[in-house]
Amino acid sequence: MTLIDLANPTRFLALTARLLPWLAGATVILLAIGLYQSALAPDDYQQGATVKIMFIHVPNAWLSMFVWGVMSIASLGTLVWRHPLADVAAKAAAPIGASFTFLALLTGSLWGRPMWGTYWEWDARLTSVLILFLMYLGLMALWRAVDDPSRAARAAAVLTLVGAINLPIIKFSVDWWNTLHQPASVMRMGGSTLDKSFLVPLLVMAVAFTLLFVTLHLAAMRNEILRRRVRSLQMMQASRIAFSNELSPGSREENASKGAA
Amino acid sequence: MTALAALIRRDIRIALRVGGGALIGVLFFLTVVVLMPFAVGPDLALLSRLGPAILWLGALLASLLTLDRLFMADHEDGSLDLITMSRTPLELACAAKALAHWLAAGLPLIVATPVLGLLLNLDMVATGAVALTLLAGTPALTFTGMIGAALAVTLHRGGLLMAVLVLPLSIPVLIFGVAASQAAIVGPMTFGAPFSILCALSLVSLVIGPFAAAASLRHGLD
Repeated sequence: MTLIDLANPTRFLALTARLLPWLAGATVILLAIGLYQSALAPDDYQQGATVKIMFIHVPNAWLSMFVWGVMSIASLGTLVWRHPLADVAAKAAAPIGASFTFLALLTGSLWGRPMWGTYWEWDARLTSVLILFLMYLGLMALWRAVDDPSRAARAAAVLTLVGAINLPIIKFSVDWWNTLHQPASVMRMGGSTLDKSFLVPLLVMAVAFTLLFVTLHLAAMRNEILRRRVRSLQMMQASRIAFSNELSPGSREENASKGAA
Repeated sequence: MTALAALIRRDIRIALRVGGGALIGVLFFLTVVVLMPFAVGPDLALLSRLGPAILWLGALLASLLTLDRLFMADHEDGSLDLITMSRTPLELACAAKALAHWLAAGLPLIVATPVLGLLLNLDMVATGAVALTLLAGTPALTFTGMIGAALAVTLHRGGLLMAVLVLPLSIPVLIFGVAASQAAIVGPMTFGAPFSILCALSLVSLVIGPFAAAASLRHGLD
């Protein structure tokens, strides 16, 4: 099974139909384990119980960037390899990524209130993630602005790739501008600074959220493929009606007279 | 080369003539700056502190206002199709058009800056710093904005969408432009560091902009 085999939407639908229940099951189990472990994790000596927001906040923040990365790869697939499912993948990912970004901003702001004493601060990491959120919304607007999905796909692909410049800015913003947000503590040179009792639930939650994204993404891709099929069926039907009317302008009268006879 | 020079000459000429709209940008810039004292109050000390930020915002909005003319007029009269089909690479043609647009619409903004600086009570050093940062930064605004303009052409009626798509990309330019001019006026940072980042942003957008714009034109117009 290679990437090229998935180019056939019917085969993709068949494969994901078998895969999705397993993925959904694994997501639920991992989420349950992760949430249980997070609840059992000790309180921080400084932050108290509010540190548990981290177990929701960090996976959301990580996925907000990961989804844009997935969309960038899919955009390369659209522009370079013309993979037929790439634009479906890019389109289906955008609303999911926007949701993760919004949740990261929301949980971060709820965490910031007791810790920093403010819901919002114009700090480098916060601002760059807010820009990421705005770019998700702009991208979704772009998808909706064009009727023809394949043309919308190429316009959106260009914008996605240009917007990918924002990802390293977000990643390194805490190191470049030393503002309120704490510097990287999990993925950094020389190992994590987090204690094991926090790190294990955090990693389980990160994997669970990633699985959640994969599940939602595949389901959304299926919906998008089916939506496109409905659309092309409708267009075929419309063109058939237009064509038959064009062929025999008097057909309606003929039918009417037949009906009368 | 002559084709590109002819394209630049033509674009500048169209932009500067009646209905071209390049100089409207300066008028808009003036209007934004004049509106500011009404919004924040006529306190000259406050205005001179906010001055660089006001000038940068005004220039950003003015350059955004003129951007949709970059491809739209050519698309309407069909000359964009000719440019796309000509033997000159589309990337180079896009770069030439953006350069012409910057010469016709961006440069007048920089020339107008000293006059507007007087209105905001900026001293000579501050005005010079803002004009210099605008000179280094506005090419980046034009060349990243060109991507949005190219997308908007392929969309039809995409003007408002273009503003939404382009503005997030212009935030780094705004940050470092204002940071450099503030550094020149009050310190404590040196002027050099943010200014070189600003120049780097312009150079990067000089490379990325034409390719992204040409790609979206090529895909959108078929």
